[in-house]
Amino acid sequence: MLEDTRSLHFFNRGPSAIARLVFFSMLSLLLLFVDARYRYLESTRQVIAIIIYPLQRLTALPGELWQGAAEYISLQNYLVAHNEQLRLQHDADAARLKQFETLMNENAQLSALLEVKQRADYSVQAAHIVYLEHDIFKRKVLVDIGAQAGVQAGQAVIDNQGVVGQVTRTFPWLSEVTLVTDKDNVVPVQIVRNGLRAAVFGSGNTSEMELRYQPVGVDIEVGDELVTSGMDGTYPAALPVAKIISIERDPAYPFARIVCVPLAGVDRHRTLLVVAFTSPLPQRPPEDTTGAGTRSKRAVRRGAQ
Amino acid sequence: MKYAMSADREFLLPASRRFIFASLIIAVLLEWLPWHGWALAVRPDFVALLLLYWCTHKPHRIGIGSAWVLGILVDVADASLFGQHALAYSVLAFGGLVLNRRVQMFSLKEQSVHVFGLLLVSYAVYALVHWQVRGFVVWEYFIGSLTSALLWAPLTLLIQTLRRPRRNPNEL
Repeated sequence: MLEDTRSLHFFNRGPSAIARLVFFSMLSLLLLFVDARYRYLESTRQVIAIIIYPLQRLTALPGELWQGAAEYISLQNYLVAHNEQLRLQHDADAARLKQFETLMNENAQLSALLEVKQRADYSVQAAHIVYLEHDIFKRKVLVDIGAQAGVQAGQAVIDNQGVVGQVTRTFPWLSEVTLVTDKDNVVPVQIVRNGLRAAVFGSGNTSEMELRYQPVGVDIEVGDELVTSGMDGTYPAALPVAKIISIERDPAYPFARIVCVPLAGVDRHRTLLVVAFTSPLPQRPPEDTTGAGTRSKRAVRRGAQ
Repeated sequence: MKYAMSADREFLLPASRRFIFASLIIAVLLEWLPWHGWALAVRPDFVALLLLYWCTHKPHRIGIGSAWVLGILVDVADASLFGQHALAYSVLAFGGLVLNRRVQMFSLKEQSVHVFGLLLVSYAVYALVHWQVRGFVVWEYFIGSLTSALLWAPLTLLIQTLRRPRRNPNEL
Protein backbone atom coordinates (compact mmCIF):
# COMPACT_ATOMS: atom_id res chain seq x y z
CA MET A 1 0.00 0.00 0.00
CA LEU A 2 2.88 2.30 0.77
CA GLU A 3 4.27 1.76 -2.66
CA ASP A 4 0.94 2.75 -4.22
CA THR A 5 0.71 6.06 -2.49
CA ARG A 6 4.16 7.41 -3.10
CA SER A 7 4.35 10.64 -5.03
CA LEU A 8 6.28 11.15 -8.24
CA HIS A 9 10.00 10.78 -7.95
CA PHE A 10 11.89 13.27 -9.97
CA PHE A 11 15.02 11.20 -10.08
CA ASN A 12 15.90 7.65 -10.83
CA ARG A 13 12.88 6.94 -13.01
CA GLY A 14 14.62 5.33 -15.95
CA PRO A 15 14.58 6.98 -19.35
CA SER A 16 12.52 10.14 -19.67
CA ALA A 17 9.04 10.08 -21.19
CA ILE A 18 10.23 11.74 -24.36
CA ALA A 19 13.02 9.19 -24.79
CA ARG A 20 10.53 6.38 -24.36
CA LEU A 21 8.07 8.00 -26.76
CA VAL A 22 10.77 8.32 -29.41
CA PHE A 23 11.89 4.73 -28.86
CA PHE A 24 8.43 3.21 -29.13
CA SER A 25 7.46 5.44 -32.03
CA MET A 26 10.51 4.35 -33.97
CA LEU A 27 9.70 0.74 -33.14
CA SER A 28 6.12 1.20 -34.39
CA LEU A 29 7.26 2.92 -37.56
CA LEU A 30 9.77 0.15 -38.21
CA LEU A 31 7.08 -2.50 -37.77
CA LEU A 32 4.72 -0.51 -39.98
CA PHE A 33 7.32 -0.24 -42.69
CA VAL A 34 8.21 -3.93 -42.55
CA ASP A 35 4.57 -5.00 -42.47
CA ALA A 36 3.39 -2.70 -45.25
CA ARG A 37 6.33 -3.32 -47.56
CA TYR A 38 7.51 -6.86 -47.05
CA ARG A 39 4.83 -8.75 -45.12
CA TYR A 40 7.46 -10.59 -43.07
CA LEU A 41 5.37 -10.57 -39.92
CA GLU A 42 2.53 -12.88 -40.96
CA SER A 43 3.77 -15.74 -38.73
CA THR A 44 4.03 -13.46 -35.67
CA ARG A 45 0.54 -12.21 -36.39
CA GLN A 46 -0.74 -15.78 -36.57
CA VAL A 47 0.81 -16.72 -33.23
CA ILE A 48 -0.79 -13.73 -31.51
CA ALA A 49 -4.05 -14.44 -33.31
CA ILE A 50 -4.13 -17.97 -31.86
CA ILE A 51 -3.49 -16.63 -28.36
CA ILE A 52 -6.34 -14.14 -28.50
CA TYR A 53 -8.74 -16.42 -30.41
CA PRO A 54 -10.61 -17.71 -27.30
CA LEU A 55 -11.14 -14.15 -26.08
CA GLN A 56 -12.47 -13.11 -29.45
CA ARG A 57 -14.90 -16.01 -29.47
CA LEU A 58 -16.02 -14.91 -26.02
CA THR A 59 -16.97 -11.46 -27.28
CA ALA A 60 -18.90 -12.93 -30.19
CA LEU A 61 -20.86 -15.20 -27.84
CA PRO A 62 -23.58 -12.76 -26.61
CA GLY A 63 -24.54 -11.92 -30.18
CA GLU A 64 -24.71 -15.57 -31.18
CA LEU A 65 -26.80 -16.47 -28.13
CA TRP A 66 -29.18 -13.60 -28.82
CA GLN A 67 -29.60 -14.65 -32.41
CA GLY A 68 -30.14 -18.26 -31.39
CA ALA A 69 -32.83 -17.23 -28.93
CA ALA A 70 -34.48 -14.94 -31.46
CA GLU A 71 -34.61 -17.74 -34.02
CA TYR A 72 -35.97 -20.16 -31.45
CA ILE A 73 -38.96 -18.00 -30.54
CA SER A 74 -39.77 -16.78 -34.04
CA LEU A 75 -43.50 -16.88 -34.54
CA GLN A 76 -45.18 -19.92 -35.96
CA ASN A 77 -47.39 -18.02 -38.39
CA TYR A 78 -44.31 -16.40 -39.81
CA LEU A 79 -42.92 -19.87 -40.46
CA VAL A 80 -46.19 -21.00 -42.06
CA ALA A 81 -46.26 -17.98 -44.34
CA HIS A 82 -42.64 -18.44 -45.16
CA ASN A 83 -43.21 -22.11 -45.91
CA GLU A 84 -46.08 -21.26 -48.24
CA GLN A 85 -43.96 -18.72 -50.02
CA LEU A 86 -41.14 -21.22 -50.41
CA ARG A 87 -43.57 -23.80 -51.80
CA LEU A 88 -44.74 -21.35 -54.45
CA GLN A 89 -41.17 -20.47 -55.22
CA HIS A 90 -40.35 -24.14 -55.48
CA ASP A 91 -43.13 -24.77 -58.00
CA ALA A 92 -42.02 -21.84 -60.09
CA ASP A 93 -38.41 -22.94 -59.88
CA ALA A 94 -39.25 -26.53 -60.78
CA ALA A 95 -40.85 -25.37 -64.01
CA ARG A 96 -37.81 -23.29 -64.85
CA LEU A 97 -35.53 -26.14 -63.89
CA LYS A 98 -37.16 -28.34 -66.51
CA GLN A 99 -36.44 -25.71 -69.13
CA PHE A 100 -32.94 -25.41 -67.82
CA GLU A 101 -32.38 -29.16 -68.06
CA THR A 102 -33.35 -29.25 -71.69
CA LEU A 103 -31.07 -26.28 -72.33
CA MET A 104 -28.24 -28.05 -70.51
CA ASN A 105 -28.64 -31.12 -72.69
CA GLU A 106 -28.71 -29.01 -75.79
CA ASN A 107 -25.68 -27.08 -74.62
CA ALA A 108 -23.76 -30.26 -73.83
CA GLN A 109 -24.43 -31.50 -77.31
CA LEU A 110 -23.38 -28.25 -78.91
CA SER A 111 -20.22 -28.07 -76.76
CA ALA A 112 -19.30 -31.58 -77.72
CA LEU A 113 -19.80 -30.64 -81.33
CA LEU A 114 -17.56 -27.61 -81.00
CA GLU A 115 -15.03 -29.51 -78.86
CA VAL A 116 -15.15 -26.76 -76.31
CA LYS A 117 -13.40 -27.61 -73.09
CA GLN A 118 -15.86 -28.09 -70.25
CA ARG A 119 -15.88 -25.42 -67.63
CA ALA A 120 -14.08 -26.50 -64.50
CA ASP A 121 -16.32 -27.88 -61.82
CA TYR A 122 -15.75 -26.54 -58.36
CA SER A 123 -16.67 -27.65 -54.89
CA VAL A 124 -17.66 -25.33 -52.07
CA GLN A 125 -17.25 -25.25 -48.30
CA ALA A 126 -19.79 -23.53 -46.09
CA ALA A 127 -18.41 -20.96 -43.66
CA HIS A 128 -20.05 -18.82 -40.99
CA ILE A 129 -19.15 -15.20 -40.48
CA VAL A 130 -17.60 -14.83 -37.04
CA TYR A 131 -16.69 -11.15 -36.98
CA LEU A 132 -17.64 -8.20 -39.05
CA GLU A 133 -15.13 -5.53 -39.84
CA HIS A 134 -13.53 -3.97 -36.77
CA ASP A 135 -12.13 -1.09 -38.69
CA ILE A 136 -14.26 1.53 -40.37
CA PHE A 137 -11.66 1.88 -43.12
CA LYS A 138 -12.08 -1.67 -44.33
CA ARG A 139 -14.71 -4.00 -45.72
CA LYS A 140 -13.54 -7.30 -44.33
CA VAL A 141 -15.12 -10.17 -42.42
CA LEU A 142 -13.65 -13.16 -40.66
CA VAL A 143 -15.16 -16.61 -41.27
CA ASP A 144 -14.85 -19.71 -39.14
CA ILE A 145 -12.87 -22.03 -41.41
CA GLY A 146 -9.18 -21.56 -41.95
CA ALA A 147 -5.97 -23.23 -43.00
CA GLN A 148 -6.96 -26.34 -41.01
CA ALA A 149 -9.93 -26.81 -43.36
CA GLY A 150 -7.75 -26.34 -46.41
CA VAL A 151 -8.66 -22.74 -47.17
CA GLN A 152 -6.00 -20.81 -49.04
CA ALA A 153 -5.58 -17.11 -49.61
CA GLY A 154 -6.94 -16.20 -53.02
CA GLN A 155 -10.00 -18.43 -52.98
CA ALA A 156 -13.27 -16.83 -54.02
CA VAL A 157 -16.17 -16.50 -51.57
CA ILE A 158 -19.77 -16.56 -52.81
CA ASP A 159 -23.29 -16.79 -51.48
CA ASN A 160 -26.43 -18.08 -53.14
CA GLN A 161 -26.76 -14.93 -55.24
CA GLY A 162 -23.24 -14.17 -56.36
CA VAL A 163 -19.70 -13.21 -55.51
CA VAL A 164 -19.12 -11.86 -52.01
CA GLY A 165 -15.34 -11.52 -51.98
CA GLN A 166 -12.05 -13.25 -51.76
CA VAL A 167 -10.02 -14.89 -48.99
CA THR A 168 -7.05 -12.61 -48.38
CA ARG A 169 -5.43 -14.08 -45.30
CA THR A 170 -5.78 -17.39 -43.49
CA PHE A 171 -5.30 -18.25 -39.85
CA PRO A 172 -5.46 -21.82 -38.50
CA TRP A 173 -9.18 -21.59 -37.65
CA LEU A 174 -10.20 -18.35 -39.27
CA SER A 175 -9.94 -16.73 -42.66
CA GLU A 176 -10.12 -13.07 -43.54
CA VAL A 177 -12.44 -12.34 -46.44
CA THR A 178 -12.13 -9.03 -48.27
CA LEU A 179 -15.51 -8.10 -49.67
CA VAL A 180 -15.91 -7.09 -53.30
CA THR A 181 -17.02 -3.67 -52.04
CA ASP A 182 -13.67 -3.04 -50.29
CA LYS A 183 -12.07 0.10 -51.62
CA ASP A 184 -10.20 -0.59 -54.88
CA ASN A 185 -10.87 -4.33 -54.83
CA VAL A 186 -11.08 -5.45 -58.46
CA VAL A 187 -13.18 -8.24 -60.01
CA PRO A 188 -12.84 -9.05 -63.73
CA VAL A 189 -16.34 -9.20 -65.18
CA GLN A 190 -18.27 -9.59 -68.37
CA ILE A 191 -21.61 -8.06 -69.27
CA VAL A 192 -24.21 -10.74 -69.79
CA ARG A 193 -26.09 -8.90 -72.55
CA ASN A 194 -23.23 -8.33 -74.96
CA GLY A 195 -20.18 -10.10 -73.53
CA LEU A 196 -18.21 -6.89 -73.02
CA ARG A 197 -15.22 -7.44 -70.71
CA ALA A 198 -14.57 -4.98 -67.90
CA ALA A 199 -13.29 -4.70 -64.35
CA VAL A 200 -15.52 -3.66 -61.49
CA PHE A 201 -13.98 -1.81 -58.51
CA GLY A 202 -15.16 -1.66 -54.91
CA SER A 203 -15.97 1.82 -53.62
CA GLY A 204 -15.56 1.27 -49.87
CA ASN A 205 -19.33 1.62 -49.50
CA THR A 206 -21.26 -1.64 -48.93
CA SER A 207 -23.96 -0.97 -51.50
CA GLU A 208 -21.91 0.45 -54.32
CA MET A 209 -19.34 -0.59 -56.89
CA GLU A 210 -17.89 1.23 -59.87
CA LEU A 211 -17.20 0.12 -63.41
CA ARG A 212 -14.19 2.23 -64.28
CA TYR A 213 -12.29 3.02 -67.46
CA GLN A 214 -15.20 2.60 -69.87
CA PRO A 215 -15.42 5.17 -72.69
CA VAL A 216 -18.35 7.56 -72.70
CA GLY A 217 -20.00 5.84 -75.67
CA VAL A 218 -19.72 2.31 -74.30
CA ASP A 219 -22.63 -0.08 -74.90
CA ILE A 220 -23.83 -0.47 -71.31
CA GLU A 221 -27.37 0.12 -70.10
CA VAL A 222 -28.95 0.53 -66.70
CA GLY A 223 -30.04 -2.92 -65.51
CA ASP A 224 -27.24 -4.82 -67.23
CA GLU A 225 -25.92 -7.72 -65.17
CA LEU A 226 -22.23 -8.33 -64.66
CA VAL A 227 -20.87 -11.85 -64.20
CA THR A 228 -17.32 -12.98 -63.52
CA SER A 229 -15.41 -13.61 -66.72
CA GLY A 230 -13.22 -16.31 -65.16
CA MET A 231 -10.26 -14.76 -66.92
CA ASP A 232 -7.99 -14.23 -63.93
CA GLY A 233 -8.23 -17.80 -62.69
CA THR A 234 -9.34 -16.58 -59.25
CA TYR A 235 -13.08 -16.48 -59.69
CA PRO A 236 -14.89 -19.26 -61.54
CA ALA A 237 -16.65 -17.98 -64.66
CA ALA A 238 -20.29 -16.86 -64.85
CA LEU A 239 -20.97 -16.03 -61.20
CA PRO A 240 -23.22 -12.96 -60.87
CA VAL A 241 -21.39 -9.98 -59.39
CA ALA A 242 -23.32 -6.76 -59.79
CA LYS A 243 -26.05 -4.89 -61.58
CA ILE A 244 -25.75 -1.44 -63.17
CA ILE A 245 -27.92 1.19 -61.50
CA SER A 246 -26.74 4.43 -63.02
CA ILE A 247 -24.64 5.70 -65.87
CA GLU A 248 -23.41 9.27 -66.27
CA ARG A 249 -22.08 10.02 -69.71
CA ASP A 250 -20.42 13.41 -69.47
CA PRO A 251 -18.45 14.22 -72.64
CA ALA A 252 -16.14 16.45 -70.58
CA TYR A 253 -14.54 13.36 -69.08
CA PRO A 254 -12.81 10.56 -70.97
CA PHE A 255 -14.64 7.85 -69.07
CA ALA A 256 -18.28 7.30 -68.20
CA ARG A 257 -19.21 7.14 -64.50
CA ILE A 258 -20.96 3.81 -64.05
CA VAL A 259 -22.31 2.77 -60.65
CA CYS A 260 -23.50 -0.73 -59.80
CA VAL A 261 -24.88 -2.55 -56.78
CA PRO A 262 -23.48 -5.92 -55.71
CA LEU A 263 -25.96 -8.76 -56.30
CA ALA A 264 -24.73 -10.94 -53.47
CA GLY A 265 -25.86 -10.08 -49.96
CA VAL A 266 -22.47 -8.65 -49.16
CA ASP A 267 -23.68 -7.20 -45.87
CA ARG A 268 -26.63 -9.46 -45.07
CA HIS A 269 -25.85 -13.14 -44.62
CA ARG A 270 -24.26 -15.19 -41.89
CA THR A 271 -23.32 -18.15 -44.05
CA LEU A 272 -21.03 -17.93 -47.05
CA LEU A 273 -19.50 -20.48 -49.41
CA VAL A 274 -15.76 -20.67 -49.98
CA VAL A 275 -15.06 -21.95 -53.48
CA ALA A 276 -12.30 -24.53 -53.78
CA PHE A 277 -11.48 -23.59 -57.32
CA THR A 278 -8.21 -24.65 -58.80
CA SER A 279 -7.67 -22.76 -61.96
CA PRO A 280 -7.43 -24.95 -65.05
CA LEU A 281 -5.55 -22.14 -66.76
CA PRO A 282 -2.01 -22.88 -67.88
CA GLN A 283 0.85 -20.88 -66.39
CA ARG A 284 1.03 -17.33 -67.71
CA PRO A 285 3.92 -17.08 -70.14
CA PRO A 286 6.73 -14.62 -69.33
CA GLU A 287 6.28 -11.01 -70.48
CA ASP A 288 8.47 -11.14 -73.60
CA THR A 289 6.63 -13.94 -75.31
CA THR A 290 3.04 -12.74 -74.70
CA GLY A 291 0.61 -11.81 -77.44
CA ALA A 292 0.14 -8.36 -78.91
CA GLY A 293 -2.27 -7.24 -76.17
CA THR A 294 0.25 -7.33 -73.32
CA ARG A 295 3.46 -6.94 -75.24
CA SER A 296 6.02 -4.80 -73.43
CA LYS A 297 7.33 -1.60 -74.97
CA ARG A 298 10.68 -3.15 -75.70
CA ALA A 299 9.09 -6.07 -77.49
CA VAL A 300 7.01 -3.71 -79.59
CA ARG A 301 10.11 -1.77 -80.56
CA ARG A 302 11.93 -4.94 -81.43
CA GLY A 303 8.96 -6.05 -83.50
CA ALA A 304 9.03 -2.74 -85.39
CA GLN A 305 12.70 -3.02 -86.33
CA MET B 1 -21.21 16.44 0.05
CA LYS B 2 -20.51 13.34 2.03
CA TYR B 3 -18.88 11.33 -0.73
CA ALA B 4 -16.99 14.15 -2.33
CA MET B 5 -13.30 13.61 -2.25
CA SER B 6 -10.62 16.19 -2.63
CA ALA B 7 -8.71 15.98 -5.87
CA ASP B 8 -5.56 15.08 -3.98
CA ARG B 9 -7.04 12.08 -2.25
CA GLU B 10 -8.54 10.75 -5.46
CA PHE B 11 -5.10 10.36 -6.90
CA LEU B 12 -3.84 8.53 -3.87
CA LEU B 13 -6.46 5.82 -4.07
CA PRO B 14 -4.86 2.41 -4.32
CA ALA B 15 -5.04 0.34 -7.48
CA SER B 16 -3.71 -3.19 -7.54
CA ARG B 17 -1.83 -4.53 -10.51
CA ARG B 18 -4.58 -7.08 -11.01
CA PHE B 19 -7.26 -4.39 -11.09
CA ILE B 20 -5.41 -2.38 -13.74
CA PHE B 21 -4.84 -5.49 -15.83
CA ALA B 22 -8.48 -6.60 -15.57
CA SER B 23 -9.76 -3.17 -16.53
CA LEU B 24 -7.58 -3.10 -19.65
CA ILE B 25 -8.69 -6.62 -20.65
CA ILE B 26 -12.33 -5.60 -20.27
CA ALA B 27 -11.66 -2.56 -22.45
CA VAL B 28 -10.15 -4.77 -25.15
CA LEU B 29 -13.12 -7.16 -24.98
CA LEU B 30 -15.55 -4.23 -25.32
CA GLU B 31 -13.66 -3.16 -28.40
CA TRP B 32 -13.99 -6.64 -29.93
CA LEU B 33 -17.78 -6.75 -29.60
CA PRO B 34 -19.32 -7.07 -33.05
CA TRP B 35 -19.79 -3.38 -33.79
CA HIS B 36 -20.82 -2.54 -37.31
CA GLY B 37 -22.60 0.06 -39.41
CA TRP B 38 -23.17 3.41 -37.69
CA ALA B 39 -22.31 1.90 -34.31
CA LEU B 40 -18.81 1.28 -35.62
CA ALA B 41 -18.46 4.96 -36.52
CA VAL B 42 -19.49 6.20 -33.09
CA ARG B 43 -17.78 3.39 -31.18
CA PRO B 44 -15.68 4.93 -28.42
CA ASP B 45 -12.12 3.67 -28.18
CA PHE B 46 -12.33 1.99 -24.77
CA VAL B 47 -8.72 0.87 -24.79
CA ALA B 48 -7.49 4.40 -25.45
CA LEU B 49 -9.68 5.78 -22.67
CA LEU B 50 -8.53 3.23 -20.11
CA LEU B 51 -4.92 3.74 -21.10
CA LEU B 52 -5.29 7.47 -20.71
CA TYR B 53 -6.96 7.02 -17.35
CA TRP B 54 -4.14 4.90 -15.96
CA CYS B 55 -1.46 7.07 -17.56
CA THR B 56 -2.82 10.16 -15.85
CA HIS B 57 -3.65 8.49 -12.55
CA LYS B 58 -0.91 5.87 -12.10
CA PRO B 59 1.97 6.96 -14.31
CA HIS B 60 4.36 4.59 -12.51
CA ARG B 61 2.38 1.59 -13.51
CA ILE B 62 1.12 2.22 -17.01
CA GLY B 63 3.31 4.10 -19.41
CA ILE B 64 4.30 4.23 -23.02
CA GLY B 65 5.64 0.66 -23.02
CA SER B 66 2.36 -0.88 -21.84
CA ALA B 67 0.48 1.28 -24.32
CA TRP B 68 2.65 -0.04 -27.10
CA VAL B 69 2.10 -3.70 -26.17
CA LEU B 70 -1.65 -3.13 -25.94
CA GLY B 71 -1.56 -1.44 -29.34
CA ILE B 72 0.08 -4.51 -30.88
CA LEU B 73 -2.68 -6.73 -29.45
CA VAL B 74 -5.37 -4.48 -30.89
CA ASP B 75 -3.53 -4.40 -34.22
CA VAL B 76 -3.71 -8.17 -34.50
CA ALA B 77 -7.37 -8.31 -33.52
CA ASP B 78 -8.33 -5.55 -35.95
CA ALA B 79 -6.15 -6.93 -38.74
CA SER B 80 -4.66 -3.48 -39.15
CA LEU B 81 -0.98 -2.97 -39.94
CA PHE B 82 1.49 -3.97 -37.25
CA GLY B 83 2.32 -0.89 -35.22
CA GLN B 84 -0.58 1.27 -36.37
CA HIS B 85 -2.49 1.19 -33.09
CA ALA B 86 0.78 0.82 -31.20
CA LEU B 87 2.03 4.14 -32.56
CA ALA B 88 -1.28 5.92 -31.88
CA TYR B 89 -1.44 4.56 -28.31
CA SER B 90 2.21 5.44 -27.59
CA VAL B 91 1.52 9.03 -28.56
CA LEU B 92 -1.63 8.97 -26.43
CA ALA B 93 0.23 7.56 -23.42
CA PHE B 94 2.85 10.28 -23.77
CA GLY B 95 0.07 12.85 -23.77
CA GLY B 96 -1.35 11.22 -20.66
CA LEU B 97 1.97 11.37 -18.85
CA VAL B 98 2.37 15.02 -19.71
CA LEU B 99 -1.19 15.73 -18.60
CA ASN B 100 -0.69 13.82 -15.34
CA ARG B 101 0.41 16.85 -13.31
CA ARG B 102 -2.19 19.12 -14.81
CA VAL B 103 -5.26 16.92 -14.66
CA GLN B 104 -5.28 16.99 -10.85
CA MET B 105 -6.18 20.64 -10.93
CA PHE B 106 -9.18 20.43 -13.21
CA SER B 107 -12.78 19.31 -12.81
CA LEU B 108 -14.03 16.35 -14.81
CA LYS B 109 -15.60 18.65 -17.41
CA GLU B 110 -12.36 20.46 -18.02
CA GLN B 111 -10.48 17.16 -18.07
CA SER B 112 -12.80 15.93 -20.83
CA VAL B 113 -11.74 18.81 -23.05
CA HIS B 114 -8.07 17.94 -22.54
CA VAL B 115 -8.82 14.29 -23.18
CA PHE B 116 -10.64 15.17 -26.38
CA GLY B 117 -7.56 16.99 -27.64
CA LEU B 118 -5.27 14.07 -26.83
CA LEU B 119 -7.62 11.55 -28.43
CA LEU B 120 -7.89 13.70 -31.52
CA VAL B 121 -4.12 13.67 -31.88
CA SER B 122 -3.98 9.90 -31.42
CA TYR B 123 -6.82 9.38 -33.94
CA ALA B 124 -5.04 11.68 -36.35
CA VAL B 125 -1.86 9.59 -36.04
CA TYR B 126 -3.81 6.43 -36.86
CA ALA B 127 -5.58 8.05 -39.81
CA LEU B 128 -2.32 9.55 -41.05
CA VAL B 129 -0.63 6.16 -41.15
CA HIS B 130 -3.64 4.74 -42.99
CA TRP B 131 -3.57 7.61 -45.45
CA GLN B 132 0.14 7.10 -46.07
CA VAL B 133 -0.27 3.38 -46.72
CA ARG B 134 -3.66 3.08 -48.37
CA GLY B 135 -4.13 6.61 -49.69
CA PHE B 136 -7.52 7.58 -48.30
CA VAL B 137 -9.16 8.65 -45.04
CA VAL B 138 -12.67 7.92 -43.76
CA TRP B 139 -13.69 11.10 -41.98
CA GLU B 140 -16.46 9.43 -39.92
CA TYR B 141 -13.63 7.75 -38.04
CA PHE B 142 -13.00 10.95 -36.06
CA ILE B 143 -16.52 10.87 -34.54
CA GLY B 144 -15.09 8.15 -32.30
CA SER B 145 -12.79 10.64 -30.55
CA LEU B 146 -15.77 12.80 -29.59
CA THR B 147 -17.81 9.92 -28.16
CA SER B 148 -14.73 8.69 -26.33
CA ALA B 149 -14.17 12.12 -24.78
CA LEU B 150 -17.83 12.23 -23.69
CA LEU B 151 -17.30 8.90 -21.94
CA TRP B 152 -14.32 10.23 -19.96
CA ALA B 153 -16.31 11.62 -17.03
CA PRO B 154 -18.59 8.57 -16.48
CA LEU B 155 -15.61 6.24 -16.84
CA THR B 156 -13.52 8.18 -14.33
CA LEU B 157 -16.38 8.16 -11.83
CA LEU B 158 -16.95 4.44 -12.34
CA ILE B 159 -13.34 3.45 -11.84
CA GLN B 160 -12.93 5.73 -8.88
CA THR B 161 -15.95 4.12 -7.22
CA LEU B 162 -14.44 0.71 -7.85
CA ARG B 163 -11.08 1.78 -6.46
CA ARG B 164 -12.50 3.28 -3.29
CA PRO B 165 -12.06 0.86 -0.39
CA ARG B 166 -15.29 -0.73 0.72
CA ARG B 167 -16.66 0.48 4.00
CA ASN B 168 -16.97 -1.94 6.79
CA PRO B 169 -20.76 -2.42 7.26
CA ASN B 170 -20.29 -2.81 11.01
CA GLU B 171 -18.69 0.58 11.30
CA LEU B 172 -20.81 3.28 12.81
